[in-house]
Amino acid sequence: MEYIIEMLGITKEFPGIKANDNVTVQLKKGEIHALLGENGAGKSTLMSILFGMYQPDKGVIRKNGQEVKITNPNDANRLGIGMVHQHFKLVHNFTVLENIILGVEDTKYGKLEMSAAREKVLKLSEMYGLMIDPDAYIQDITVGMQQRVEILKMLYRDNEILILDEPTAVLTPQEIDELINIMRNLADEGKSILFITHKLNEIKSVADRCTVLRKGQTIATVNVADADKEQLSEMMVGRKVKLQVEKEKSNPGNPVLKVENLSVKGRTEGKNSVNNVLFEVRAGEIVCIAGIDGNGQTELVEAITGLKDSIQGKIILNGKDITKMPIRRRTLSGIGHIPEDRHKHGLVLEYTVEENMVLQSYFEPRFQKFGFLRFDSIKEYAKGLISQYDVRSGMGEKTVVRSMSGGNQQKAIIAREIDRNPDLLIAVQPTRGLDVGANEYIHKKIVEHRDSGKAVLLVSLELDEVLNVSDRILVIYEGELVADIPADEANAQELGLYMSGSKRREQ
Amino acid sequence: MKKEHNKKCSLLATESFGSFSASVMAVLVGLLFGLVILLLTNPSQAVYGFKAILFGGLSDMKNLGQVLYFATPIIMTGLSVAFANKTGLFNIGASGQFITGAFAAVFVGVKVQSLTGVSHWLFALFMATLVGAFWAVLPGVLKAYCNVNEVISCIMMNYIGMYMVNLLVKNFVFDVRKNQSMAVAKTAVSPKMGLDSIFKTGYSTSSVNAGILVAVLAGIIVYIILEKTTFGFELKACGYNREASRYAGINEKRSIVLSMMIAGALSGLGGALLYLAGSGKSIEVLDVLAAEGFNGIPVALLGLNHPIGVVISGIFIAYLNVGGFNMQLYNFAPQVIEVIISVIIYFSAFALLMKGFIMRLAKGKEEK
Repeated sequence: MEYIIEMLGITKEFPGIKANDNVTVQLKKGEIHALLGENGAGKSTLMSILFGMYQPDKGVIRKNGQEVKITNPNDANRLGIGMVHQHFKLVHNFTVLENIILGVEDTKYGKLEMSAAREKVLKLSEMYGLMIDPDAYIQDITVGMQQRVEILKMLYRDNEILILDEPTAVLTPQEIDELINIMRNLADEGKSILFITHKLNEIKSVADRCTVLRKGQTIATVNVADADKEQLSEMMVGRKVKLQVEKEKSNPGNPVLKVENLSVKGRTEGKNSVNNVLFEVRAGEIVCIAGIDGNGQTELVEAITGLKDSIQGKIILNGKDITKMPIRRRTLSGIGHIPEDRHKHGLVLEYTVEENMVLQSYFEPRFQKFGFLRFDSIKEYAKGLISQYDVRSGMGEKTVVRSMSGGNQQKAIIAREIDRNPDLLIAVQPTRGLDVGANEYIHKKIVEHRDSGKAVLLVSLELDEVLNVSDRILVIYEGELVADIPADEANAQELGLYMSGSKRREQ
Repeated sequence: MKKEHNKKCSLLATESFGSFSASVMAVLVGLLFGLVILLLTNPSQAVYGFKAILFGGLSDMKNLGQVLYFATPIIMTGLSVAFANKTGLFNIGASGQFITGAFAAVFVGVKVQSLTGVSHWLFALFMATLVGAFWAVLPGVLKAYCNVNEVISCIMMNYIGMYMVNLLVKNFVFDVRKNQSMAVAKTAVSPKMGLDSIFKTGYSTSSVNAGILVAVLAGIIVYIILEKTTFGFELKACGYNREASRYAGINEKRSIVLSMMIAGALSGLGGALLYLAGSGKSIEVLDVLAAEGFNGIPVALLGLNHPIGVVISGIFIAYLNVGGFNMQLYNFAPQVIEVIISVIIYFSAFALLMKGFIMRLAKGKEEK
């Protein structure tokens, strides 16, 4: 069997952690090979080694059977290896064409020579069905388009081995379908694709083979057709994982949150980021706001929690108008908030776990007396939450939060917010950047909170999460709610149409 | 035995020990650098001069008293800068707060005749604290509500404070013969509390007074506020992460203003303690910013912004100053002495960068 790229027995150690331990990945010519693993499993390290950003401590890399040394990304490029990073490396005020040729420009007497490049780009674009406009500015095109520009960049450099790092994280369902088509086209033309992911659906729909990593080790390489999703996830996490969130049908009670004709001013003049939004969340139901990032979800939540002022409308919590209330009083009136950005809002990173655990309640009599913090009860409380919510850290409640992993930081926030038992829990992308195991846990906690008769407002960009967890789905598009569908009647395709603005409910 | 060793290693790696050893290292490097300068400027006397710096402060009880006297104002401004730092602000306005506070104290000391005994002194301190806090309100408000960088507004407040105090001194409490403020009433002078009878050599007494006790007390209070109270919890949270504090319902604008005011109050009190010390020092009408304000910055830095650390580093820097005076015995020009002391102080502060290095070293050892 002929392999175009082989990484054999790769070991890479960082201080205190073995990121890759004797990992082997073999990529065939013309195949789509998925690299599956949880966060911290060592996928990114492995790809960084292949792309020349790290040197392996042990192991060899072979191309077409010949051993090669890759000491920097230029070496990788020379060997025909290209990479699309999760965060695109594009110059926003350059055109598509300028971005593609950046670094490999043709010049004539010191002047840029673009006509040959333009021809090549157009030819490639047509060949693989990328449909890009070489003269559009990056800042004006969609994220999906930008990703294609990145792919074109690799093709323009005649790369044969394409690495895609979590390529679907930023795309809508329709865009994902298009990307999958593009990937198939590329493979048909003889390009080999290695893509990193932790989403099982994508692997099933596009990959030929899949290598599973766990804790830095290769667990297995399997033919995707022979394995089902449950098996793959078990290999990835190391135990059985319930992909489907188990929950009873919801039994909504009285409205807890009512949002009436709410508008929030946008960053640019004349356009509201949230426009005349009207909805309610009832006790015992999970309402999800779905939408593509940047369509006003953030602003809507900030208006409800008081981080941002609204310019019109009312927010009513348990029959009380909280529109003008300061943040602390809203929190005490029964709002729990798992914020979108845990580093910006959710945590004081320099504080310890115990200090962060009481960030919303340090002023309560149980944690202070005459203005003096009661360290004993704070410690005890934090210890309780740590064991109950399985927050793992080096030094228990005294760990400085900055040193903890993202998943455990998130668990700490969830512990803090759910333990306060708020009537309304607002969870914004609660599983962002977390892996399947942590997802399962967080979803379970959210459903439990609903089952105890509380209301949950979930904001998510991930359709799987939206469809799996919620009881009712609202779709937000350009600051307006364009759909309100019971979750059991919704499907990904339809939601995608709403999210991209091509469909909206009749007013 | 093995266990003992492990314990030692983990002690090495703890944050506080790492910080402390970094400070000590920094001081040693600073001293070494000072010695090099001595050798360059006056090689024949360098060793004597260096000895004077090292041991001058300890040579007799009077000198030790002088150390405490000189430490008082810079501990206060050091606390001021450290407090602001802990709450995410850079108080470069200590100088202005210091001199306005000093003026308030002197004004009360000269003009208010109705108070008798120690209450006169206490009232002067109180007014100085109040005025110092007031002088920091504007930078605080501008920072909190208009996001104006406090460094810029503080620097402007320094100049406004200096010129205004010059004007006020001339108009209200001016001693024309000496071109400085009048001496304050006896009752407004800091009580000696018997310290002068401890810190003396023969009949020559030092200028030490109750001020040092006030400064140490202030250090302890600042420590308690920052580390033990909900109020300090809020202020520090704002300093570390303003957005997260807002999220947690802390009034972050109020916290910023209060942090600035407390920092200002500490500086203002420092001004009062210097000019009420009874050592004959008065506010001179000069167009020069009060140096004590800026000296607070290295004091805070060297004390790692920890209130107790600030007290120690303030005493250390005063100790160098007193040692420096003794160097004049060995034919060092006062300017050279100033340079050497500054070099030691600033190099010490610089060398704190080694803190991270030491921490890593200790951690690495532990793993092996």
